[in-house]
Amino acid sequence: MSKTSRTSITMPASAKKGAIIEIRAIAQHDMESGFRYTESGKAIARDIIRMFTCTYNDIEVFKMDFYPGMGANPLVIFTTVATETGTLEFKWSGDDGYEAINQAHITVS
Amino acid sequence: MDLDFSFQPHRRRWLGRFQKLSLLAIGAWFSPLTAFAKKEDATKAIQDISGGKPVQEGKVSLVIPPLVENGNLVVLKVSVESPMTATNYVKAIHVIAEGNPLPNIFTAYLTPRSGTASITTRVRLADSQTVWAIAQMNDGSFWSGHAETLVTLSACTELV
Repeated sequence: MSKTSRTSITMPASAKKGAIIEIRAIAQHDMESGFRYTESGKAIARDIIRMFTCTYNDIEVFKMDFYPGMGANPLVIFTTVATETGTLEFKWSGDDGYEAINQAHITVS
Repeated sequence: MDLDFSFQPHRRRWLGRFQKLSLLAIGAWFSPLTAFAKKEDATKAIQDISGGKPVQEGKVSLVIPPLVENGNLVVLKVSVESPMTATNYVKAIHVIAEGNPLPNIFTAYLTPRSGTASITTRVRLADSQTVWAIAQMNDGSFWSGHAETLVTLSACTELV
């Protein structure tokens, strides 16, 4: 897997203060489990995303640890409370120096 | 003497049969299934999470399809009953699969700012099995929920 890859965030661009918003975060990644073998019987090394974090104006609101049991191209749907206008930053990090960062802006009224 | 000679081959045949049977039994014991985590592994993973504290049943609802055609991508939804206030919230949700080579699937860390304790994701399931979700509350208590599923095509172990 390359050092970084495509990611995508789906969330509302604006919300009322105190509303619960749903965030969908997906990263393109094979999530090679480390339990598979090639036809010649060689084990394929594990190569997965280990951690996903979401910060809201630099305050961490959600974190998740991934294990090989996560499917390829991991999709996570979670919620957070819209507290203030600002930026949400999403960060994936994993094996072999993999790192991907994505941002989304939200206007809270 | 005559009798002995007629019985001996029978005895040999029976011995041979028993040998084959025992080999079969040993073969079954070492089948690839033993490479997967067993219930004990899952119980141990749950104990590691709870640190030996009792895990009560309830509050957690885990939704996976009861019949899965392909174990490579299974939609899993876990939600915990909680007001998610600063004084009463879910700290973490752990998902454990009994039949996977590694029982842990993911751990999600929540805060009161999460609003709800509800997470949807896609996981791999290696076999028909029971999947457990353990919720760790801010007061230190643990709650669990589980769901059973049938997997027709398993994930993880196929050749490339």
